[in-house]
Amino acid sequence: MNLTLKIWRQKDSKTKGQMVDYKVTDISEHMSFLEMMDVLNEQLINTGEEPVAFDHDCREGICGMCSMYINGEAHGPDRGVTTCQLHMRMFKDGDTITIEPFRAKAFPVIKDLVVDRSSFDRIQHAGGYISVNTSGNTQDANATPISKHDADEAMDAATCIGCGACVATCKNSSAMLFVGAKVSQYALLPQGQVEATDRVKNMVAQMDLEGFGNCSNTGACEIECPKGISLENIARMNRELLKATFKS
Amino acid sequence: MSKFFTSSIGRKYAMALSALFLMFFLLQHFAINILSVFSPNAFNEASHFMGTFWVIQYVMQPILIFGVMYHFIMGFILEIKNRNARVVKYAKNNGSANSSWMSRNMIYSGLAILGFLVLHFIDFWIPEINTKYIQGDMSGLLADGEGYRYYEELTHKFVNPLRVGAYVLAFVFLSLHLMHGFSSAFQSSGVSSMRKEKLQAFGKAYAIIIPLGFILIALFHHFNH
Amino acid sequence: MSVLDSKVPKGPLKNKWTDYKNHIDLVNPANKRNIDVIVVGTGLAGGSACATLAELGYNVKAFAYQDSPRRAHSIAAQGGINAAKNYQGDGDSTYRLFYDTVKGGDYRSREANVYRLAEVSANIIDQCVAQGVPFARDYGGLLDNRSFGGVLVSRTFYAKGQTGQQLLLGAYSAMNRQIARGKIEMHNRHEMLDVVKVDGKARGIIARNLITGEIERHSAHAVVIASGGYGNVFFLSTNAMGSNVSAGWKIHKKGAFFANPCYTQIHPTCIPRSGDYQSKLTLMSESLRNDGRIWVPKNMEDVMAIREGRKKPTDLSEDERDYYLERRYPAFGNLVPRDVASRAAKERCDAGYGVNATGEAVYLDFASAITRYGTEQAKIQNIKNASEAKIYELGQAIVEAKYGNLFQMYEKIVDENPYETPMMIYPAVHYTMGGVWVDYNLMTTVPGLYCIGEANFSDHGANRLGASALMQGLADGYFVLPYTIGDYLSDDIRTGKISTDSPEFIEAEKDVRERLEFFVTNKGEHSVDYYHKKLGKIMWDKCGMSRNEKGLKEAMAEIKALREDFWKNVSVPGGINEMNPELEKAGRVADFIELGELFAKDALTREESCGGHFREESVELDGEQKGEAKRNDKDFAFVSAWEYKGEPADAVLHKEELEFNDIELKQRSYK
Repeated sequence: MNLTLKIWRQKDSKTKGQMVDYKVTDISEHMSFLEMMDVLNEQLINTGEEPVAFDHDCREGICGMCSMYINGEAHGPDRGVTTCQLHMRMFKDGDTITIEPFRAKAFPVIKDLVVDRSSFDRIQHAGGYISVNTSGNTQDANATPISKHDADEAMDAATCIGCGACVATCKNSSAMLFVGAKVSQYALLPQGQVEATDRVKNMVAQMDLEGFGNCSNTGACEIECPKGISLENIARMNRELLKATFKS
Repeated sequence: MSKFFTSSIGRKYAMALSALFLMFFLLQHFAINILSVFSPNAFNEASHFMGTFWVIQYVMQPILIFGVMYHFIMGFILEIKNRNARVVKYAKNNGSANSSWMSRNMIYSGLAILGFLVLHFIDFWIPEINTKYIQGDMSGLLADGEGYRYYEELTHKFVNPLRVGAYVLAFVFLSLHLMHGFSSAFQSSGVSSMRKEKLQAFGKAYAIIIPLGFILIALFHHFNH
Repeated sequence: MSVLDSKVPKGPLKNKWTDYKNHIDLVNPANKRNIDVIVVGTGLAGGSACATLAELGYNVKAFAYQDSPRRAHSIAAQGGINAAKNYQGDGDSTYRLFYDTVKGGDYRSREANVYRLAEVSANIIDQCVAQGVPFARDYGGLLDNRSFGGVLVSRTFYAKGQTGQQLLLGAYSAMNRQIARGKIEMHNRHEMLDVVKVDGKARGIIARNLITGEIERHSAHAVVIASGGYGNVFFLSTNAMGSNVSAGWKIHKKGAFFANPCYTQIHPTCIPRSGDYQSKLTLMSESLRNDGRIWVPKNMEDVMAIREGRKKPTDLSEDERDYYLERRYPAFGNLVPRDVASRAAKERCDAGYGVNATGEAVYLDFASAITRYGTEQAKIQNIKNASEAKIYELGQAIVEAKYGNLFQMYEKIVDENPYETPMMIYPAVHYTMGGVWVDYNLMTTVPGLYCIGEANFSDHGANRLGASALMQGLADGYFVLPYTIGDYLSDDIRTGKISTDSPEFIEAEKDVRERLEFFVTNKGEHSVDYYHKKLGKIMWDKCGMSRNEKGLKEAMAEIKALREDFWKNVSVPGGINEMNPELEKAGRVADFIELGELFAKDALTREESCGGHFREESVELDGEQKGEAKRNDKDFAFVSAWEYKGEPADAVLHKEELEFNDIELKQRSYK
């Protein structure tokens, strides 16, 4: 199929960017979206133009690196997939596809479609861990049984790949689904209890500091999340913060 | 604790708490108003009680005013903050793919309700305060002393079709606001989704029945007098 | 006597590691504060090493080309992690895990290293649980295990199909704690472009900031390479797009020997290629072979009919199908080890029986499993005379519960419903057992330069067992390197800060800069990917699942020619002082081309078949094993460690003879 692409081009973080139109031809419907981008870039290199920079790595939907806002949706129109798993069969011959970077003040554009998501890392530095030494001198793994229900729910929260689709899609650029998922994982496990109070307070404080917006419960993040992380995790974070406030 | 209410989540709680209070107020307001359809007398009695009982007047009324103001001001502050969290807007954004119109436009339904409240205050609250606390007439009686004035005043207001139209429109916006606002308030307060499913159904019902009821009351008085 | 000294401690196998730990030199905590360690790569091995070293008190500088340590490709591992916990009480032990790993590696790994790996494996699980890794649990709240890849016990711990992700996030969280304390200085979006040696010791690296393009010098008292495997030398693999050999290759050029490059694991169950534009291959978990039956049509007419769309696979009756694994390996059937299954698929496709347009696909069919489970369910639910449709429905529910997410992934990629039509699969490059040669201390042949995880060669021999890669990465990083590196660094407590202004740093930076400048100024005709694809094709055709002398010699010549053309005709857009993904790729592909040549040379030298390395000349000629791989322990029970001499083809072979004192060497048989 033949397509028109409207792509955000921006030289670096300091330069102003704009949308630029490109045409690609003979795109197979079996291609992944990023393979279509490879075709475009090969074409640009061969005509002496600068290829479009975009983040990608594992191309199997788990590393969380790819991050495109396609036709007004994070990771495009399909559900439960990252950009790299989106396939061209979701589009029709002659379509115009708008491709933008994930946008948020806390995700500044580095170049073209590449954004800086180090704010997510800094939130994790603030408390996204259990303070246990990695010497291996811990108790036996089976010493503390954990109910299957809690373990499964912690796992569901832990599947977050940190791609930032929740922020990109939220009309407020809120990071609460991301932070809620991490807070939830530890809140559901006995190992996480010791530091629960400080963890939620510090992570929320860092989240606010990074300039993410507030949550207004539109639920868009849950729908666009490639891993289907539930809104319930935000509710749990809210409870955890309230608990933490009363405790101290 | 002070840190809590300046954090993003603390503000969500505060929005949710003020919303829950306002929804409760709305319910009791509706309960009294519906009396006017069935029994002018009962309506008068209830109105007089509310208008003169000190707990309502000196405790609940200031809380209500504070709640309304807080909800609006914080709503604006959060809206501004949220808008600032994205400096460059998307060239193309398909919001309807993942969220409801109501949830994305709370600020506009809220503004419509604010506009209505101004009208409503001019219509009822300011004259009421004037009569009671400036002119000092706490009797609640009509000028000729023949019975309570509340029902008379109510029906009088719904003569003008323009005003009735404005009221009806405002209640439509109220319904839209509540459609998202009800479940949102519970989600913000951290109520887990197990219970939320039933709550959501209840919330939908609330968001339709209460505003529709107000609309019917307004229309009833308009066409009956 | 070889120049290689494996430094394996003396004494009985069981006591080696404990004795070693009791006798090494330690660095006192006050002195650790004055010692810097560079770690390149932050996957399971690098990330866990960073966390532990920082926690011990060293100043760690970590480097990752991704934008966060959490994105390293360890994250893509699906199945699980082995540990000799014996929670199931099924007779597992350290020895048994050790034995299975050595045997699975076709007796080409170092006994002492593997035993140590098995020994610390149990610790890994304790550690990860303490960190909050949500491993799967049973209803009693205890950890659950699954069985994996042909071993006789259940020792694999897992977190849904995302075990690698959860373990990496565990290591990442441990890193975060140290980053917050200021003990790890994290350099994301940085790529190491050379190692710097001062007085023969590794003392730092040259790295490029991938955002600004700035070239930076970083010094340390020791350098650890944890940069993963080199499967992308084949262009198409299950590795991440950015996975590369550059760190390993740079240190090879500076004196670290490269061991067994030809040992590559080709995983049998991947989604086949669909066209020339394909950029990477996607793995489907090995667990699918528990219930899927692999087949191709018996008759060539049916193959053609299927390719042309005139017939559907479901139209073929049982006797028109060739379940070739069940036919050739009646004892193990569809559950033969990865290398055997992969070669068998290739054999059928080479004979023309491939079932898709490219001719490189075989069927993985769940119909019998669905019927079997369905019948069973009908009995359990006491449904009398259940219709075929009902049985199918019941069976499908069971298969969905077991493999639902994999089936869904397949459907997203291929756009076919695997419940209705058999899946198509084909082998793909997955893991590289070869890598930088290290001794028992995980130190390379350059003093102060360490190599851990998939980047080194040590533990998996010629073939890796399922669920062992995660185990090795974490064992190296959490529990082995932190001890062994201390022994070395104890000599460095008086060294003080290493200057980055020495001639060695200046020289290294100059070389790096010149090379980058060459790329952006060379006005060539072909993109970097053009060369990478060509290299991949040579590697796949001639150094792939089966290799022969003629092909390998051709490969060496072709790769050399490709290398010469690359340095003349490569075209890289953009400049140095900016984010430039094409420039990054150019450097990586240049190194892959050199590695590819050494790879072919190594495969040519090893005139035996072992594990993932299959030489067509070395097969059993008669008897029951006719046509199967033939290992030659008499002449080839050694590690090939290559020393760089200017051209890949001139590399000098050093042999580390492998001694097996605790295990008897046996031929693998799956008939």
